Amino acid sequence: MDGLDTLKAKYLTAVANVADEAGLEDLRVAALGKKGEISALMSGLGKMEPDQRKAAGAMLNVLKDEIDAALRAKKAALGDAALNERLRSEWLDVTMPGRPRRVGTIHPVSQVMEELTAIFADMGFAVAEGPQVESDWYNFDALNIPPEHPARQEHDTFFMNRAEGDTRPPHVLRTHTSPVQIRAMAAQGAPIRVIAPGRVYRMDMDQTHTPMFHQVEGLAIDRDISMANLKWTLEEFCRAFFEVPSVELRFRASHFPFTEPSAEVDIRCSWEGGQLKIGQGDKWMEILGSGMVHPKVLSAAGVNPDEWQGFAFGMGIDRIAMLKYGIPDLRAFFESDLRWLRHYGFASLDMPDLAGGLSA
Amino acid sequence: MKFTLSWLKDHIETTSSLDDILYALTDLGLEVEEVVNPLAKLAPFTIAKVLHAEKHPDADKLRVCRVLTDEGEKQIVCGAPNAREGITVVLCKPGDYVPGIDVTLGVGKIRGVESHGMMASERELELSDEHNGIIELPSGEVGQKFTDWLAVNRPGLADPMIHVKVTPNRPDALGVRGIARDLAARGLGTLKPLAIPAIKGGFASPVQVEISADLKAKGCPHFAGRTIRGVRNGASPDWLANRLKAIGLRPISALVDITNYFTFGLNRPLHVFDAAKVQGTLRIHAAAGGESFAALDGKTYTLRAGQMAISDDQGVESLAGIMGGEASGCTPETTDVFLESAWWDPITVAATGRALKINSDARYRFERGVDPAFTLPGLDLATQMILDLCGGEASDIAQDGAPIDTTRAYQLKPARVISLVGMDIPEAEQRKTLEALGFVLNGDMATPPSWRPDVLGEADLIEEVARIASLTKLQGKPLPRTVSGVPRPILTPLQVRERTARRSIAALGYNECVTYSFIDQAAAELFGGGSDAVRVDNPISSEMSHLRPDLLPGLLRAAARNQARGFADMALFEVGPAFQGGEPGEQHLQAAGLLVGASAPRDPYGSRRPVDVFDAKADVEAVLAGIGAPARVQINRKAAGWWHPGRSGVIGLGPNMMATFGEVQPKVLAEMGVKGPAVAFTILLANVPMPKVKTPTKPALVLSGLQAVDRDFAFVVDKGVEALTAVNAAIGADKVLIESVRVFDQFAGEKAEAQMGAGKKSIALTVRLQPTDKTLTEADIEAVSAKIIDKVSKATGGTLRG
Repeated sequence: MDGLDTLKAKYLTAVANVADEAGLEDLRVAALGKKGEISALMSGLGKMEPDQRKAAGAMLNVLKDEIDAALRAKKAALGDAALNERLRSEWLDVTMPGRPRRVGTIHPVSQVMEELTAIFADMGFAVAEGPQVESDWYNFDALNIPPEHPARQEHDTFFMNRAEGDTRPPHVLRTHTSPVQIRAMAAQGAPIRVIAPGRVYRMDMDQTHTPMFHQVEGLAIDRDISMANLKWTLEEFCRAFFEVPSVELRFRASHFPFTEPSAEVDIRCSWEGGQLKIGQGDKWMEILGSGMVHPKVLSAAGVNPDEWQGFAFGMGIDRIAMLKYGIPDLRAFFESDLRWLRHYGFASLDMPDLAGGLSA
Repeated sequence: MKFTLSWLKDHIETTSSLDDILYALTDLGLEVEEVVNPLAKLAPFTIAKVLHAEKHPDADKLRVCRVLTDEGEKQIVCGAPNAREGITVVLCKPGDYVPGIDVTLGVGKIRGVESHGMMASERELELSDEHNGIIELPSGEVGQKFTDWLAVNRPGLADPMIHVKVTPNRPDALGVRGIARDLAARGLGTLKPLAIPAIKGGFASPVQVEISADLKAKGCPHFAGRTIRGVRNGASPDWLANRLKAIGLRPISALVDITNYFTFGLNRPLHVFDAAKVQGTLRIHAAAGGESFAALDGKTYTLRAGQMAISDDQGVESLAGIMGGEASGCTPETTDVFLESAWWDPITVAATGRALKINSDARYRFERGVDPAFTLPGLDLATQMILDLCGGEASDIAQDGAPIDTTRAYQLKPARVISLVGMDIPEAEQRKTLEALGFVLNGDMATPPSWRPDVLGEADLIEEVARIASLTKLQGKPLPRTVSGVPRPILTPLQVRERTARRSIAALGYNECVTYSFIDQAAAELFGGGSDAVRVDNPISSEMSHLRPDLLPGLLRAAARNQARGFADMALFEVGPAFQGGEPGEQHLQAAGLLVGASAPRDPYGSRRPVDVFDAKADVEAVLAGIGAPARVQINRKAAGWWHPGRSGVIGLGPNMMATFGEVQPKVLAEMGVKGPAVAFTILLANVPMPKVKTPTKPALVLSGLQAVDRDFAFVVDKGVEALTAVNAAIGADKVLIESVRVFDQFAGEKAEAQMGAGKKSIALTVRLQPTDKTLTEADIEAVSAKIIDKVSKATGGTLRG
């Protein structure tokens, strides 16, 4: 069967030389198609003697497999070449920008409120809320600030308009979050542990004051809570909030009508090169006011001062946000300058929790 | 409250250093705001001696001196006429700053002769205006610091001024003596006794006094005074003038200075009338209203009915407890003076002072509380001082009324002090503290002194004990947990929702703002607010006059400001209260988002397009889904007037409105100064129903093994037909089989109308059928399709598009 070698050589050469898939298909049909040369030889086997047929058949099958394998290999090679050519032609400049996507931010006040809520929640404090337009009773009287008390004048209070004929004292925009103490105690009684973060209002606007700002009130009432517990609570809070290994607080006697004894609280810090460091150094910075809730305040909220005692404190949220995150100007908090919002804002998924660290 | 160290030491015998005193003051609750040491600027200067002086070779008026200093002999050229051999001088060296001439010295050459420093005059050191020559000291060693010499020889000049912040409950600390008493109680020294002189009147006071009956009970229970005749009202002695100057008061004349000295020294405001100018009896009475009064501050006030005044036969001479009058004021010519010491009701004084807007040191003290028992002793002490400084002869006391009785007592419970403060303060120390502050203890009952009107209960005793013991010493003690184990959640569902909404909106690419709760009336009115009920009576500016009815005006104003800064596109949001009324509680929590300008910056992919209502809708739906709003809601077109009427919708459930989205009314946008387009959404967070499911377990997932089938339908409808009508109709066709219906295309506009007829559009729906028990046959699908076509056609009045 010398013809088979010639045939093999002919097809293998043709396969090697074919340039495209269509030519390759033509070759397949010519060789292995129903009417192809090898198929024709295969169909000739039937006329042979059995012995002859067996030998010729085997050789034909080998030939058929060889050509088939060559065809397949060539087909794969052509496919790869075509793909390579396509990939070459599909080159893109990947240094071009990605499709635009807006990036949102969370305001530092919201972030810090969540941070302090996480800390106080761990110590068993719930979050209480109250109205921002308050009656003067809740804002002042119930907090042991009678109408003629000089402290009332020092509050720079915004008053709401009173309709003619309405003889009630005008409502006020709450000057502090302390009225929430009264509402929370009146609603829940004692024992109680709450914080009350929120907006407060004072008629003051200059470099360091805005007519609206944020405070957080803290209140803990139980049978035997002392000022020493207050100090510990504030120390723990400051350590956790400022995320430093330790803090040192100094209590200084002061006066608030709704607490007795009252203390202003300073935190040890240093200022070097405009950089504030909490917990070290030889400076003291005032950060909050606090004290033991005045018996009259407990009574006003319907809690018996002979049975219950505890502490309260009030702290500026904007202020501790400025201290922690190095934000220089309070007024900018409320100006909604996009540059500021983007620079000082927090990512939407940056959710403070104690497990991962507040600002981690 | 300002005072000087030497003034303080008039009242306390102490060896404590200034630093110790300052620390104690702040710790006691008398926070030190400022300390001015007048000697600080003189710190570099030392004492030197002139060894030799001779005329300058080239100048008649200059002398070349050899001066012995702590650094050896120096040559100094000096122009003072008294520069001569042997005198002891104050030396300023090269490198020193000389305050009186505002110059930092260098080595100079004066007319060719080197000069190594200068010898100072009093004016050059700001000690006085004296400049006729250099200072010649009567004593002093070469090299001694000049400040040390001054401290010994002229202590008045070396007196540090201390400024403390006095809390409103401590009127007693508005006098130097009250501050000294606190320090003594703390253990920094001993309070010196205050001897009250016995003044023997030589004659009856020609000026008599009378309190009108209606004021005796409250406004003015006690008024006293006496005439001192034959006084010389010259300048005060230096020590007195210096003290007043040190605390920022201008010395006027001895009589006036003495009243100021008592105001600050003993919290005992006084007034001096020129007795010669008083006609008849001084009457303390309530003003009838309309009286004109020329006060000592140079202004004229018109009194309102009921304000307390002191009048003589000529009219109002003084505003009780607040300010004296010009007409009867003392002058250098005054020879007969009537000295007033009275006790005024704090509330009445405060009300008058506020109404007339007069701030004075007297008002400040009377409205906080002056010691009622000190009216007569104060009068006697001041009389003695007038006699000492101005001479003259005192009359008997003229007075009406009597000091009010402030006697009251509260129980001291030492165990309670320890329990509340958390400090172990022994009972003996507690009692000692109170006694040092002037309390009288009788058993366990403590009677506060007459100068402490703030002590009104047991709690005040505790505060005094704790304050004096020092809260700085307080050691923290752990606050026990309320529950053992893992803390329980503490947020309410609405508080959780507020957080979720905030984080969701930020995740959609919005920047959170915190804007003021008040806005201007015009903006408030555009958003359904601005009524008198929400008006602030005393706004800080007209831009902050009304409580905001909605969050959008604040966000729009913020957008306008950012556009003015060159930012055209933005996404802003806020979560916070809006106010529907001016009563407590008439507020509700909103979450609002605002998109302005283009959806994206210019980019190579053509992403940039104007924001539109469907951006806002997609975002509001995402947030609603995030806070657990039901999936099936209704949308109506009843949005408020600040929304585009054709391009806004209200998402609700029946009458309950949960959110609004849409384009902002172009007119509103223009009035708020924002360049559009602008679309927005507002969510009323509390209106979204809370999910009823109480268990964290989710319903079981039902997965069908059968193939779902998608079928598309296009309907020709009138262009006013809403897509949701078609969707809801299609869903209703087979509630079991139909899993979802979605709008996937809309063909509307000119081309559409050309094809389908005027006023028509086409809506294309894709319906997914999910068989549950058997694979759908072609016949099943046809049957459902027919029902869908029928339902949608009936609901919309449209037809299947051929």
